[in-house]
Amino acid sequence: MNLSEIAHKLGLEVRAGGGALAAEVLGGYASDLLSDVIAHGQEGDLWVTLQAHENTVPVAILKKLAGIVLINGREPDAETLQKAKADDVPILVSALPAFELIGRLYALGVPGMRT
Amino acid sequence: MSPPGVVRIARERGLDLIVVCDHNSAENVGAATRAARDAGLAVIGGMEICTREEVHVLGIFADDRALGSAQEFVYQNLSGENDPGIFGEQLVVDELGEVVGHNSRLLIGATSLSLRDVVHTIHRLGGIAIAAHVDRPRFSIISQLGFVPQGLQLDAAEVCSDKLPPLPENLTVVRSSDAHRPEEIGCRSTRFLVEEPTAPEIGMALRGAEGRRVLP
Repeated sequence: MNLSEIAHKLGLEVRAGGGALAAEVLGGYASDLLSDVIAHGQEGDLWVTLQAHENTVPVAILKKLAGIVLINGREPDAETLQKAKADDVPILVSALPAFELIGRLYALGVPGMRT
Repeated sequence: MSPPGVVRIARERGLDLIVVCDHNSAENVGAATRAARDAGLAVIGGMEICTREEVHVLGIFADDRALGSAQEFVYQNLSGENDPGIFGEQLVVDELGEVVGHNSRLLIGATSLSLRDVVHTIHRLGGIAIAAHVDRPRFSIISQLGFVPQGLQLDAAEVCSDKLPPLPENLTVVRSSDAHRPEEIGCRSTRFLVEEPTAPEIGMALRGAEGRRVLP
């Protein structure tokens, strides 16, 4: 399933990276510590986080993530938005808390672990 | 960690200067300064400010006025009330260690201020901004944000072990104890070549200005 379909099904709003929504989402990863995402994120993961700092964008590029979803109605910082737009990195926002959003992603077939 | 005890141990360990940086608070700096007055130990006041990314930043200030302004700014952006049953008493003491008050704010919490705002505000008040304990797995700029963001005007990074995480080449490193208990005081320290043990001189040493410098 690609990011565009997921956004549509879960009511995610796109804040940046609208040109990269065709990317296939291969899995999901949830963490608010960027050092942890650098260590454990996998290519094609959709990253669920409340971390709105600009460093999320280079981390997403480094790990070739499918995109970033900010939870609980959090909005990206201005610098984050600027960077994400410049590099076409998808940033989406959800009003849902992390647990609920991750549950719905899982129900759509987005795996947390890949076999 | 009573002021007389901190001063005594610092002197025993051969320190000439300590910087007192409680979490989001500077209310015990005055007591530490007074306790050290006749002990041959210089005290500089500061705060370990917790940003909204939960990164700890040391703000170190030259005088009470700047420190007071920083304190006010932090309190305006810090919510919650301490539960002493969970987080312990937050005592305000005098130079003898006698309790003169309690701080009821949730000092363990994070402010609503961004890392960039905190560094900017420290500098606006004439202070020194140091990324705290960058080698620790919690609340450090590296643990929280993976790496030092581009363009962030830090004056130094504090390391409190023998580990050294990857840092920008031009960022000055200082070693200090990050002491939370008396026995940790002075377990790491940094030697500065300065005219006197004051915040402006330390700031110059961190910049390598006018002959002041951090010694290896």
